[in-house]
This record gives sequence, C-alpha cells and structure tokens, in this order.
Amino acid sequence: MSRNPRFKFRLYVAGDTENSARALSNLRALCGKLLENRHEIEIVDVFREPGRALEDRVFMTPTLVKLSPAPIQRIIGTLSDTESIVQALGFWTLAV
Amino acid sequence: MPATGLSVKAQTGIAGFDEVTGGGLPKGRTTLLVGGPGSGKTIFSVQFLAYGAKVCKEPGIFVAFEEAPKRIVANLRGFNWKLEELQRQKLYFMDAQPMPELIQSGNFDLGGLLAALETKAREIGARRIVFDAMDVLLALLPDEAMRRREMHRLHQWLLDHELTALVTAKAGGQELGSPHEQPFGFMQFMVDCSVILNHRVDQGVSQRNLRVQKYRGCSFNEDESPFVIGKDGFDVAMAHTLGRADAEVSFERVSSGVKRLDTMLGGGYYRGACVLITGFPGTAKTTLSGAFAEAACRRGERTMFVSFDSDGSEVVRNLTSVGIQLARYVKSGHLRMISARTITGSAETLLVRIKSLVKQHKARCLVIDPVSALSKAGNELTAHAVAERLIDWSKSAGITLVCTSLLDEVSGPAANASPLQVSTMADTWIHLNYLVQAGERNRGMSIIKSRGTSHSNQVRELILSDKGVTLADIYTAGGEVLMGTLRWQKESAERVTNEVAEVAGKLKRVCLDAEEAVLEVRAKSLKTELVAKQVEKALLVRTTESRKRELSGGRRRMRELRGADVAKPAKPARKRSGNEPKS
Repeated sequence: MSRNPRFKFRLYVAGDTENSARALSNLRALCGKLLENRHEIEIVDVFREPGRALEDRVFMTPTLVKLSPAPIQRIIGTLSDTESIVQALGFWTLAV
Repeated sequence: MPATGLSVKAQTGIAGFDEVTGGGLPKGRTTLLVGGPGSGKTIFSVQFLAYGAKVCKEPGIFVAFEEAPKRIVANLRGFNWKLEELQRQKLYFMDAQPMPELIQSGNFDLGGLLAALETKAREIGARRIVFDAMDVLLALLPDEAMRRREMHRLHQWLLDHELTALVTAKAGGQELGSPHEQPFGFMQFMVDCSVILNHRVDQGVSQRNLRVQKYRGCSFNEDESPFVIGKDGFDVAMAHTLGRADAEVSFERVSSGVKRLDTMLGGGYYRGACVLITGFPGTAKTTLSGAFAEAACRRGERTMFVSFDSDGSEVVRNLTSVGIQLARYVKSGHLRMISARTITGSAETLLVRIKSLVKQHKARCLVIDPVSALSKAGNELTAHAVAERLIDWSKSAGITLVCTSLLDEVSGPAANASPLQVSTMADTWIHLNYLVQAGERNRGMSIIKSRGTSHSNQVRELILSDKGVTLADIYTAGGEVLMGTLRWQKESAERVTNEVAEVAGKLKRVCLDAEEAVLEVRAKSLKTELVAKQVEKALLVRTTESRKRELSGGRRRMRELRGADVAKPAKPARKRSGNEPKS
C-alpha cells in the first residue's frame, strides 16, 4: 500500500433526510481533516436511483462504501462516531 | 391512507388456514407471523407468495434477511410450487442479508430498502410481500425508539402501496403470550393480523400448532389449530365450523358385508355414515371391517383399508381364512391396503397422510383399523380432536367410514366407551364381546346404537367359518345366555325333547283312539240290549193287557151263564151309606 493512497468513497443517501445530510457533512469533515484532498466522494440518492440500491444491496441509509484502497468496506449510519471510522477504514495509517 | 376494507382477504392457498381466518390474510395490510426456529415461518410465507403468484395473479417479493434466497429456493424445492418458474416474472427473492463486515456508526434508516422495494414492486407489479426474519433487521437497529420508527416507516410504506405484507419474526418459544417481552412487541399492535406458530415435542412426537392471535375487524377461530407440513406445504387442521353447510346426507344403505347384520340394521349402514366397531383384541373387529371392505369392492366402489396393526398383505391373507377374499380387489385396483404401521409421527400427520391417500385413491369407503392407534404415545392429547376431524372430513366427503377401536381389557367392559370418545360421534356403534362359558370363548355382537335406523336389540353370536361371517341367534334359557357349544347342546337337546314329545303325543293318540273304539262298541251293544229290553217290555204290557181282558170277559160270561143278579161289587157299600147313585 502506498504511503499516500487515494481514497474513493461512495455514499448512499436517502434523499435529504436528516441522517443522510448528517452523514454527508460528517464524511466531508472527516476527509477534509485527515485526507486533505486525496479522496473522491460519489453520492447516490437511492430515492432517485432506486435501481442502484437494489443492485448494490444497499438497504440501510446512509451507507458509506469505501471502494479503494482495498478492501471494500461498508459503514452504515451518520458516521458520527469518528474514532471507529478512523480505525475501521485504516485512516490511522495516515494519521501516524 | 388508502382505505382497503379489512373484509377483503388475500387467499393464502394454505389448506385450513383460509378457513380459520375466513378467507386469508388481510388484503393490503400487514400480518405478523411469529414462531420459534423451525416452526415453519419461511415455508408458510413462501407458500403464501407462490399461491398468490400462481393462482391469484398477485406477484410477490420475498425479502430475505436471514438466509440467501438461493438456499431458500433450494430448500423448498421439495414442495411442488415451481418456484424457479415463478421467479422469472411473478416472484422475486431479494437478498437483504446484512453484510457481516458491516460497520455501524450512528443512526441510519431503511431508506435504501424502501427504495429498492419501490423499484422492484413497480417492475413486477407486486401485490404481496414477505419480510422473512425481521428480527435480524431489528437487531441491527441500536435502540427501541429507532426500531419503532423504522417499523412504522416500513408499515406506512406498505399501506401506501397497498401491499399485502407478511412479516415473520423469531420468538423465544414459551413466552409467546406476552407481546411486551418480545423485541417486536410493538409490532403486535401495529399490524392488523398476527399469527403464532408453535412447535413442541410431546413424548417424542412433534406437534405443530398455529394460532391466530389477532385479526382486526374480522372474526376468526381463536383456538390453536394443529398443522403439519406435508408434500404440498402447510396443512392446517380445521374443525367443522358452525358456518359451514352440513354435508349432504344420504338415505342410501350400504351393506356391512354380513347379511344378517344388514337385517339387524334395517338394511345396512347409511352411505357416508361413520361406523364404530369396538371390542377387545381378537373379537373379530378386523374381520367385520374386512367384510365391509369386500362388500364395497363387490359393488365396484373404490375402497381403502388402513391397518395400523399389520401389513396390508397380512390382513388380506388372514381374512382369506374366514372366506373374505380381498386379493382380487387389490389386484383390480378397487382396494388399496395401507399399512400405517410404517407411518410415524403425530396423529395430525397420520390424518393428513390418510386424507391425501384417500383423495389419491378416490375412495368411497374407508376402513381404519384400529382408529385407537391414533392415540399412540405422545398423541393422547390430540388424538381425540384428530378422530373428530377424521369423522367430520369423511362425512363432508361422503365417505362411508368404518373404524375399529380397541378396548383395553384392563379397563374392562365397564368402561365401555371407546378411548377416543369416537362412540359419541359415530352413527352406528357395534360392540363385539367375549362370553366365557363352560371353558369356551364365544363372540357376541350387539348394536349399541345406530342413528336413524331401527335396529335389533338382541345380542347375536358371531360365527366365523371358512365360508364367511355369519350371525346366529343366541340361546336364552332361564335368564342365561348360551353361546357356542352350549348353545348347540341346548339346541340339540331341545330337538330331542321335541321329538320325544311328538312320539309320545302320537302314542297317546293311538291309545285314545283304541279306547274310543272300545267305548263305541260298548255303546252299540248296550243300545241293542236296550232295544231288546224295550221289546220285552212292550211284549209284557201286551200280554198283561190281553190277560186282563180275557179275565174280565170271562167273568161277565160266567155271570151271564150263571144268570145271577147284577150287582156291582162296590155299589152295595155306597148304597148302605144312604146316597142315591147319580146314574
């Protein structure tokens, strides 16, 4: 794994519900703080693209999928618990 | 909110369940299906969907939270539902298992699920939906408030789309009575109908029950209904409800196979009746029912003989010894012998098996030998209800049912009622008994009851011979009932007595004839004698008279000759008294 990998995220949201809005802002804040600009965020609104929710088996919103670096990981919820996310996604490799 | 009347029902196609609920699940509403592991929740719900898709033209979605759809479909392949075929258009299995590596951080909702369902529902035009193992999903939601909120959201979505929904959830087992203790307790209040599946083991025998706990705006059968999972899926046992039309009754008589018994019953059993034959072991219960089966086959009626005691071929062989030939009917296909010894399981299972076999065979006459086998180990509690439903079912199907029932010799004839209390339900009850007398056991047969037919009140002796089954009058003498050899002895003794009496009578007659003849002769001679005497007497009178005449004539002549003065001998005396003679 390179020292500074590029992170690709996909966030599934359910319209502009409170949970979804909070997740998006939490994610942005987190990425801005830890990843600077080495990240991409794709936002999928399951209400607008319900077919994708079905295909990608996203049943709970918001769901964050880390597409790269491997492995692919999923986090559900508003991403309010920063610490667990940092641990889970391997952000710590950067923080050190 | 769309106003779907609760009177509208979505048929489940589950035998018996639609009857319990008066038509099925509430259409356009949500039903909760609760049960322990292995209680049949998935089978129930897939059957509901498959029936909807196949028969009701209501495509459905199956949301699987716990098991992979592929595995579910594979597991249910045993049932004849053609899931693969249905899956092409009318049935969709959605894999909604939570991913194991899922990390949770903060609040979330089921927006994605609803969005996915929305797409799919529109695509296939779904009218039915099943959420299998909702408890798995609920476990992901961190707190009670959230569970409540999400369930309400889901419920609202279902109502908005007017989907008939079935939500299954696991239950611990025992504490089903108190919904508050359940993690999905609030759901009980949210849904319009809730059904509980129960699976327990009594003395090693599996017993499954289904109970409708609530059904808004609709009356339903509140009792636990036993069910079995058979070849076609669920089969819920359903007792006769009051609302159901009575089965058509028939006045047609069918032969019992024993001529004299038919006479005793005033023509035979009624078609469609339930006949109970009770008796101790060896009282010829099987023989009597075999005679019935033979008679039915002879009439060309399809018949089924279910034996719990022995193999079908054994029964056929054994009955040959009493002149009942069943083998040819087995060969011709009229008679089907079922050995139920090999069928294990609860009474409920047996009933379902018997029912489906009878349907398969299209039997009009059914023999169950003995019906008391239903109450074998672990089945005492349900056996009565099963027997009840067996009778009810056979009546509604117009099948003439002959059941034998074993009476426990220990309980003695005092407890004459059959153990399953079938006797109260049976139309005709024939009791077979032993009479031990003078070192012999003889079979006595009596008709205890026979509804709607006049019947003989007499005990008859049942005689089995290689020529068949016959009945004989029993001999009553001095208040004693004689059977068997004693009866034969008594009968022959009577014959001898009769003969002797007859001869004696003849002899007496001859004697009397002789006496009569003697008397007649005597009477004749006396008569002759009488005539002689009479003649003699007449002669005497005549001679006396002529002598008298001669005498008086002689005296006058003498007087004339003497010329003496005429004086009457009596007159001088009178003259002396001074009286003038009148002439």
